[in-house]
Amino acid sequence: MEKQLIYLDNAATTKTRPEVVEAMLPYFTEVYSNPSSVYEFAGKGKSAVEHSRDIIAGILGAKSSNEIYFTGGGSESDNWALIATAEAYASKGRHIITSKLEHHAILHTCEYLEKQGYEVTYLDVDEYGLVDPASVEAAIRPDTILISIMFANNEIGTIEPIGEIGAIAKKHGVLFHTDAVQAFAHVPINVQELNIDMLSASGHKFGGPKGIGFLYLRNGIRLGAFVHGGSQERKRRAGTHNVPGIVGMGKAAELAAAKLEETMTYEKTLRDHLVQRVLTEIPHVKYNGHPEQRLTNNANFSFQFIEGESLLILLDMQGICASSGSACTSGSLDPSHVLLAIGLPHEIAHGSLRLTLSEEITKEQIDFVVDELKKIVVRLREMSPLYADFIKENQ
Amino acid sequence: MEYSKKVMDHFMNPRNMGEIENASGVGTVGNAKCGDIMRIFLDIDPETHIIKDCKFKTFGCGAAVATSSMATELVVGKNINEALQVTNKAVMEALDGLPPVKVHCSLLAEEAIHAALWDYAQKEHITIEGLKPPKDDISEGEEEFEEE
Repeated sequence: MEKQLIYLDNAATTKTRPEVVEAMLPYFTEVYSNPSSVYEFAGKGKSAVEHSRDIIAGILGAKSSNEIYFTGGGSESDNWALIATAEAYASKGRHIITSKLEHHAILHTCEYLEKQGYEVTYLDVDEYGLVDPASVEAAIRPDTILISIMFANNEIGTIEPIGEIGAIAKKHGVLFHTDAVQAFAHVPINVQELNIDMLSASGHKFGGPKGIGFLYLRNGIRLGAFVHGGSQERKRRAGTHNVPGIVGMGKAAELAAAKLEETMTYEKTLRDHLVQRVLTEIPHVKYNGHPEQRLTNNANFSFQFIEGESLLILLDMQGICASSGSACTSGSLDPSHVLLAIGLPHEIAHGSLRLTLSEEITKEQIDFVVDELKKIVVRLREMSPLYADFIKENQ
Repeated sequence: MEYSKKVMDHFMNPRNMGEIENASGVGTVGNAKCGDIMRIFLDIDPETHIIKDCKFKTFGCGAAVATSSMATELVVGKNINEALQVTNKAVMEALDGLPPVKVHCSLLAEEAIHAALWDYAQKEHITIEGLKPPKDDISEGEEEFEEE
């Protein structure tokens, strides 16, 4: 019997929806024109690009479609937002506020800016991974030019108080960027209501293709280009438009937005079932992230006394795709910075497991995963000297 | 992770996993901070100094489990001086290699064997030529890290 594939790593990437692929295909072989060209044949590509821009602007509640700039993905959007803001506002100041929970696309860009003479405040988070809006306000200085706080965390799923932070940023006249790579098309976002000035997103995280993303940039913010060259994207992002990618991302956003509530309800029901079973049926487990204020498709556990990579290999043997914040899976000696930021001791962080669902996952599959997980955890604990010591100490 | 078939076999079907009660020597190396802890138990004939049995318990990744398992296989039947010659290279070769980021796991296996031999030598009041005291006491290691 062929092993069934149970894909529970949707925070890493998602399956490109068949409707999305179908929508993209004509833009490879039929409408392959460069949308920047003059002839009529270029027009179809151009209108397809603009249609996607309209869809995304609509979902975000942007004032205008020209506030959406297509990029090569979430990392590029993050790099652009931070570096271009730093450069454009250097005369005002050189201080940036972010959090310890951010994706490396933000953290490593901040480290790069520190080498360029900028100062960065990395805010602590609480045990659930929440940034305290009061700590954001307290960190603002006269030379603060940007606040960048992620919308939802990729590892533990915690959704940050973006509206409160946006209001604080607005009150103090500081620009506010949010990395919404995990959140866009997964939770409702209105950039005007939340006072977001810049927002990064990536197509492949919500059923679109890889290699395409966008940056929402509120009109009136004067940022320079990040990729220099042609005059595409109002001279702010050079490079021939990735027309199939843009069409695919637009289609994926449209599909996701159309049934956002339905998907969220479905995922939450399944996720809650998963969490409930794991917490009641497996001893010595910690549920990481905020219990309520989190992405509906994310569950993150730490299993005491065992190590994440071993867990992943044994799950993989059963066809289950998952991820872990253990050092062994990152190729470094330290476990995930996110798990350390929420205060987990190293040995607990090493035993973490992230399961991220999609609307394609069934309850039967979740039950199968929990059943396998139970056996695997027992097996690895039998092998663990830490568990042996724990048992001895508690006899 | 690109593991060889042998590594996967030793991870999926670990040899000599478990504990030895009243072991002749026990060695624990590694630390939880780095995500790998190995404990080796030796049953040694006090007359011949031959390792009659060896078992392990390991907290760690696939490579850590596989190197522990292979190390136990390599030392059983050897006398303590021969066992000391079981290097991390020998463990790696016996496993048909390890990914570069996992080489430290094989070092840990070598150290665990040495630590267990050291424990035996201490208990028996003997000296094993070439054997150095284990450097990797878990609690000390952790304290060192804390101070950084």
